[in-house]
Amino acid sequence: MKIKNKKADLILKNEVPWLYSENVKEYFFHPKNFMKPEEEKKFKFNAYGEAGSAVCGDLMKFWLWIDPKTEKIKKARWRTFGCGSAIASTSALSVMITEKGGMLIKKAMKIKPQDIIKRLGGLPSIKIHCSVLGDEALREAIEDFKRNQNKK
Amino acid sequence: MKRIYLDHAATTPVRPEVKKIMDAFQSDYFGNPSAIYFEGRQAKAALDNARKLIAKILSVEADEIIFTNGGTESINLALLGISRQHRNLFKKPRLITSRIEHPAVLETMKQLAKEGFEVIYLPVDKFGVVKTEELKKALNKQTLLISIMYANNEIGTIQPIAKIAKIIKDFKNRVGTKAQAQIPQFPLFHTDACQAAGSLEIRPSKLGVNLMSLNASKIYGPKASGLLYVKKGIELKPIILGGGQENKLRSGTENVASWIGLAEALKLGQKEKAAEAKRLRILRDYFIKNLLKIPKTFLNGHPRNRLVNNINVTILDIEGEALILQLDKYGISASTGSACHSKILQPSHVLMAIGLDPATIHGSLRLTLGRDTKKKNVDSALKVINKVVKELRGLSAVNIQSNENKK
Repeated sequence: MKIKNKKADLILKNEVPWLYSENVKEYFFHPKNFMKPEEEKKFKFNAYGEAGSAVCGDLMKFWLWIDPKTEKIKKARWRTFGCGSAIASTSALSVMITEKGGMLIKKAMKIKPQDIIKRLGGLPSIKIHCSVLGDEALREAIEDFKRNQNKK
Repeated sequence: MKRIYLDHAATTPVRPEVKKIMDAFQSDYFGNPSAIYFEGRQAKAALDNARKLIAKILSVEADEIIFTNGGTESINLALLGISRQHRNLFKKPRLITSRIEHPAVLETMKQLAKEGFEVIYLPVDKFGVVKTEELKKALNKQTLLISIMYANNEIGTIQPIAKIAKIIKDFKNRVGTKAQAQIPQFPLFHTDACQAAGSLEIRPSKLGVNLMSLNASKIYGPKASGLLYVKKGIELKPIILGGGQENKLRSGTENVASWIGLAEALKLGQKEKAAEAKRLRILRDYFIKNLLKIPKTFLNGHPRNRLVNNINVTILDIEGEALILQLDKYGISASTGSACHSKILQPSHVLMAIGLDPATIHGSLRLTLGRDTKKKNVDSALKVINKVVKELRGLSAVNIQSNENKK
């Protein structure tokens, strides 16, 4: 955001930084792959998982379509109740697991909060514990997929 | 994009008249009031006049005003200064406050508890009004000081300060204590009036308080500028030591320009208070009425006895920090009691005290109006809030059952 006052500019250097990194800003203001209300009933998935609680202030849900043959994550949808960094971290994770033709579930199981934080270009340390729950929800979803496969 | 600033409870811009007079004292009349040559006497005379002006507005004596570096310092000086000065008059000195005070009070009370004082935190009702019955129970012969805020910074609820003062007075008349034999004013009553100065009665004699904290940055004066009113005859220990300025109670070279700014801001604010309060009250009620049209929202704080510029609502299913960041993107500045917004990741103690559960506190939104807020700004803000709430609910993972009547 530009500041008009010329004297103030001497100190501000004509820029006001955002609260988090530029990547967080992008993933927060332009969330990718979230479950739109209108597609909720239509979206085909074979894996579902969630993590967190509304009381703590962060709750994340993941719906996945995993190709049973290749075991790659072909589609992902999410919903998050939480602060800006929580929304951004789920948004980033959904891109990580579906880009380049989809991630193998074996690899997806190994995603750690640090991997998501790296993708976000860093987070304030106080925010890490609460806002990066996406990996947990993702593992829950993959476990759900495995259970569903075993039933067949 | 023209921004709409709706966080006047956080701070206000310095109004032009105040800025002008402060500029003069920053550069042209820069002398140290302790000096005996011309520049010093000039600065001292200006400061004396500022003090007299404030004394006149508050209907108090000029030497009952101690200038400070803001509301937090005034409160620290009041609580620490009084408690430490008089503790020996009591066996187990008791301090009484409320659960919804500003951290400046609560953290200072924590410190005093460490120093051996017994601290009682009075509960509040669902609107945030201190339960006066509990105060009656808490008052005992060991009570040294009661500190209750005049108006709450988060939910805007106004406390019945005069009624509380009456309860304390009745207690004094009924119960004679050792301390009272020495200092008849015991137990003492302090109020944090930082949020109240813009719109409420602030003459200590009308309120029945012995001490009162005020600051400039909430009334279109400079930041880091405040005062503590202390009724004549009540001694206190300084918390800042040095050259003995401010009647030896607040050392450090006088912040002449800022304190003159405080006096000027207070003067102008008092003149406009009645008309401005009337205007803001109408605007506030209009804002609240329209916000509550959003499904699953409810008002926090008292529906009537609240600051004329304060709006605090809970919007279910969304989190406050995300909401603030979205509003900010559209040029609207507001605040929330959500844990994620705080430096310590704790949900608002005020909203907890009025009985909200954590899941709903996360969705609180505070909007505080100011001199520059017009109806068209409120209309624009309402449009943006509606849009942003819809978006955030669209990607929210929770759907709390509406509990508007549960409160």
